[in-house]
Amino acid sequence: MQFKSMVISNVEVSPNYFRMRMTAPQELSSSVPGQFVMLKVNDAIDPLLRRPFGLFDVGSFVPEYAGCGAQVYCEILYKVVGKGTKLLSALHHGDLVDLLVPLGKGFQMGPAGEEKVLVGGGVGLAPLYYLAKELKARGEKVRLFAGGRNRDDVLCITEFERLGVETYVATDDGTLGERGFVTQVLERHLASGMRIFACGPTPMLNAVAKMSQKHGVPCQVSMEAYMACGVGACLGCVMKGANHSDETPDYRCVCKDGPVFDSFELQWS
Amino acid sequence: MQRPDMSVVLAGIQMRNPVMTASGTFGYGAEFADYLDLESIGAMVTKGLSLKPKAGNPTPRIVETPGGMLNAIGLQNVGIDAFIEQKLPYLKNVNTPVIANLYGNTLEEYGEVASRLDGLAGVAGIEVNISCPNVKQGGIVFGTDPGAAKEVVSLVKRNTSKPLIVKLSPNVTDVVLMAKACADAGADALSLINTLTGMAIDLDRRRPVLANVTGGLSGPAIKPVALRMVWQVAKAVKLPLIGIGGIMNGRDALEFMLAGATAVQVGTASFLDPSAAQRIAQEMEQYLAENGIDDVRSLIGALEV
Repeated sequence: MQFKSMVISNVEVSPNYFRMRMTAPQELSSSVPGQFVMLKVNDAIDPLLRRPFGLFDVGSFVPEYAGCGAQVYCEILYKVVGKGTKLLSALHHGDLVDLLVPLGKGFQMGPAGEEKVLVGGGVGLAPLYYLAKELKARGEKVRLFAGGRNRDDVLCITEFERLGVETYVATDDGTLGERGFVTQVLERHLASGMRIFACGPTPMLNAVAKMSQKHGVPCQVSMEAYMACGVGACLGCVMKGANHSDETPDYRCVCKDGPVFDSFELQWS
Repeated sequence: MQRPDMSVVLAGIQMRNPVMTASGTFGYGAEFADYLDLESIGAMVTKGLSLKPKAGNPTPRIVETPGGMLNAIGLQNVGIDAFIEQKLPYLKNVNTPVIANLYGNTLEEYGEVASRLDGLAGVAGIEVNISCPNVKQGGIVFGTDPGAAKEVVSLVKRNTSKPLIVKLSPNVTDVVLMAKACADAGADALSLINTLTGMAIDLDRRRPVLANVTGGLSGPAIKPVALRMVWQVAKAVKLPLIGIGGIMNGRDALEFMLAGATAVQVGTASFLDPSAAQRIAQEMEQYLAENGIDDVRSLIGALEV
């Protein structure tokens, strides 16, 4: 659905990374971790298109105004990379944005009792936080493997820890946690009886998908792609399905068929 | 005061208002049903259909540019059989005319797809794409040479009894020449413009942004070019025209009607506002009501130069 949303807060949580909370429609309280929003930052024609953001958190609060009932909010985590996110980072409490919510298919949490393993980097941590919160609410054991180029890319780790998530961190330059790729740390801990949920840069997802196959551990990945519409019409955001060939095309829309896929559904390089 | 009459007839197709959805920007209709009332718009144009399913181009396929976007989807579509089996039954239950957009990789394929669509209930008309800039065959070859255009339009005309709309490319020196060729070959209406060929470059990587290198530019950035071409063609050809190019609101749509269009197609706007087509029809009606215009048809070609 389309929703005129009011910014509640917009905070720089790490250099160039922002966490924004905004009002959301009642319907969003039944959203699933992994689903996303398409946000239009203003009415101008430049930037023209909406931008997709994974849901970082969904909750409700009671506004301070007298007589108000509970109001649903959602949060996104974003990095300033271009004109759209630059404008977004300048918004304050009370500013309005336009949302399409909730979009796409989210994570399937799997049976109780398994160990849930979350793997992410940068803004890829956004849907994993919402997921961790839901999993912990069900009393599941959750571990997070977070990576990035340097310590600035490893976001909101204390929030995960506050939920009771055991966290492992790796950075390319060793400024936080182990030096190296987070996938190397992950591989040391992988065992049967686990279920992987991953979101981050495509090379990382590629490595995680292959590792999960090797160890026979089920794995879901949340993909990121350029998209114009978010509703399955523009066909800009497609990924190749596992059995795709030029003769028998099998493209999946990240927006509509995903953004969360079982890793075996997709073709990896 | 009575509500303004918004209805138009385009090549025999009765529409409740002049707002259509442009091919390739509205899926097969169902994708947008959560966001607008499909029975509030004038007509729907399907994604371009080919004889066989088509994979389309590698990614990245789209990129935003100032006031517009480039796309190189490569005509990915389910193919004519899957359209008839999976998509058309849904559309038949929507009380809004459906125009099937089609293209072929060869001349023969254009004829074959047209004849497959001909007997189908639920298809009010066909729009022939002779202007896709993103595929090597089909599309642009027929759309930039008047002789080739004449050939393909005549062939499709022989294979259909439905109203025949031909979608023109702006990537030509003289759009009027192409319009005349299509009119001579039996087109019942013309839609214009398709996207303008363009490209985007990633300076730091020293590479084109799109995997296809070039793509088609759409959105508000192309509106002035589209208005000029509709105006030129309207002066030269008697056929009804459908104006397309960067229409974002009711005023934009009415400008195209002044330039000579009987109807308009909304494309890129549906990507950022999935209810755009319905909203634009409402804004047009509101403009008419506010300005004491009782019939939208009175604006067609009413530009004072």
